Amino acid sequence: MSSTSAHALLHANNLSKTFDIRRGFSSQAFYAVDTVSFNLDIGQAEIFSIAGESGSGKSTLAKMMLGMEAPSQGTLSYKGREVSTLSNRDKRTWFYKEVQPIFQDPFAAFSPLKRIDHYLYETLFNYKVAKRAEADAYLDGVLAEVGLSLAEIKGRYPNELSGGQAQRVAIARALITKPSLLVADEPVSMLDASLRMSIVNMFRTLKDEHNVSIIYITHDLATAYYSADRIAIMLRGWIVELGTVDKVLGDPLHPYTQNLKESIPQVDPDKTWDKVTDLAELEADAFLRQGCRFAARCPAVMSKCHTQEPAVYEHKGRKVKCFLYES
Amino acid sequence: MKVTTPNVTTQNMTTIVSAKDLQAYYVTNAYGVARTVKAVDNISIDIQQGEVYGLAGESGCGKSTLLKVLLGDIQPPLTVLGGSVHYQLDGELQDAATMTVEDKRDIRWRQVSYIPQGSMHVLNPVRRIQDTFHDFITTHKQTTKRESKEMTQSYLRDLGLPEKVMRSYPHQLSGGMRQRVTIALATILWPKLIFADEPTTALDVVVQRGVIQLLRDIQHKENSTVVLITHDLGVHANLADRIGVLYAGKLVEEAATKTILKSPQHPYTKYLINSLPSFAGHSAKESIPGRPPALDKPPQGCRFHPRCPLAISKCEHEEPPMLELAPGHRAACHLLTSSSA
Repeated sequence: MSSTSAHALLHANNLSKTFDIRRGFSSQAFYAVDTVSFNLDIGQAEIFSIAGESGSGKSTLAKMMLGMEAPSQGTLSYKGREVSTLSNRDKRTWFYKEVQPIFQDPFAAFSPLKRIDHYLYETLFNYKVAKRAEADAYLDGVLAEVGLSLAEIKGRYPNELSGGQAQRVAIARALITKPSLLVADEPVSMLDASLRMSIVNMFRTLKDEHNVSIIYITHDLATAYYSADRIAIMLRGWIVELGTVDKVLGDPLHPYTQNLKESIPQVDPDKTWDKVTDLAELEADAFLRQGCRFAARCPAVMSKCHTQEPAVYEHKGRKVKCFLYES
Repeated sequence: MKVTTPNVTTQNMTTIVSAKDLQAYYVTNAYGVARTVKAVDNISIDIQQGEVYGLAGESGCGKSTLLKVLLGDIQPPLTVLGGSVHYQLDGELQDAATMTVEDKRDIRWRQVSYIPQGSMHVLNPVRRIQDTFHDFITTHKQTTKRESKEMTQSYLRDLGLPEKVMRSYPHQLSGGMRQRVTIALATILWPKLIFADEPTTALDVVVQRGVIQLLRDIQHKENSTVVLITHDLGVHANLADRIGVLYAGKLVEEAATKTILKSPQHPYTKYLINSLPSFAGHSAKESIPGRPPALDKPPQGCRFHPRCPLAISKCEHEEPPMLELAPGHRAACHLLTSSSA
């Protein structure tokens, strides 16, 4: 047992994950997650949002937090224990009870041939959370937390539920083991705007009333701003800006965060986009770029951005990875 | 009723597609169980030449079915029970119902085009993008491989896509790039009328913005007509000239974008707009209570009444008529009164 930070619920220290790209005989390391550090405090539950465009490494980070991928460099520890060194037995009896996932597409998470309550009972018995006699009452309680009841879903197949309902069942399933941390990877991107709010509202209730911390991975900055306490903006494997949502999204410093915020379509016909954004770059090129990975698209680009990698600077109460805030 | 927007249905604009009292149901009869899903019920819309018409609504409200009917892509179990669709192309009025397969093929892509939602499944995975373009162009136009390549090259350059794309396979491109290639493919023959079904859903915000810019550029260049389906009102605010809001197979409100977003009249439209999160604050937002009805057994009367906070007893058994609230602003609700009444 290593004790990197005993006071942290989740602690990532210079975490990296590399994949190899092979081109003919040459092989090149590709950083899907590149020296990322952050910390979630124990005791005080929070919603920590990880946002960024597709291909920014959000899901790889989530997989590491769930113990599904081992980090290439750096450490990730949960309650002081390093996730990648946990034995399978520890994972089964302890880690998976503590950390539970919620995935993007509820219809892909549930087999269409099995009744949906089957998953709830299976989780319940696998983790020995409740006795067979108490099972129904226990599940009813868990489902009530997500605004459903066992009677509503018992015996039904996934295709009989709406997207919002199926996602609620997926969340209820994750809550069965009374986890301290939920890792939600794009939980609302398959849902309509109106259903999104009901899921995000539920996250707020879970945090406030049940003290569950939530890693909320999304590309929807509006719901992140609405629900999260802190946010990390990811770009091509880096965390480029990290701080409270009010600071990061209220007054974004990194040019990429500014670009992200500007790109959110506003439901106000007076606030349409006037500028044109530039995104004509192939993904693989941006990952393998020297210097700053945003340099090709950055409106404030300097000559050193093309050659040197910016460090992480503290500025106005948050961390920014940009040369503009060097001093 | 005070609405200060100009009348959008100006007389000098011509209607390019006109649907009248359209009824399209999914009729299935499998193993003795007959089921009728009323996906499009009595919808009348006129789409003007050169405008961007947005269709909004939750999933399962009939947006995509309406699009299929407008496109003339009707395959069982989808059945058109009533109403008509007319195209006005090259000054010629054509009835979509009486068009033969050859007629449809003749206008498709060259006159009427369609941008599908899942760009992942549209492009042939074992052919390079330039070959896909070549296949596409030669089906509709006599060209050599060289000509089609030049055509593709200059078109992609115009749209700001990198040239590397031409030689790539679809799996080498990101989702956003693939979606932009799909849009380029659908518009390379300069269609006059473009149907886009959720072109930006599942893309992230920056890429979504790029895709919308691309659509807007194409529309401006050729003054083509775009019918845009998305549930994201933010996208509509940026692109659409007029918006039609669908609920459970019915058109509930239609007006110019500004009017809909600034002074929505139908309770459902109000809910739809108010439930969206904004950067104005963290104050709790209400989501619409309940969920959309199953369309095989839609509620009696106004289909929104079980979820409507303002429902009166009349709403439960009487279907609200479509009222003209102001020129160019229509809504179907018992609580509203017509401007002429």
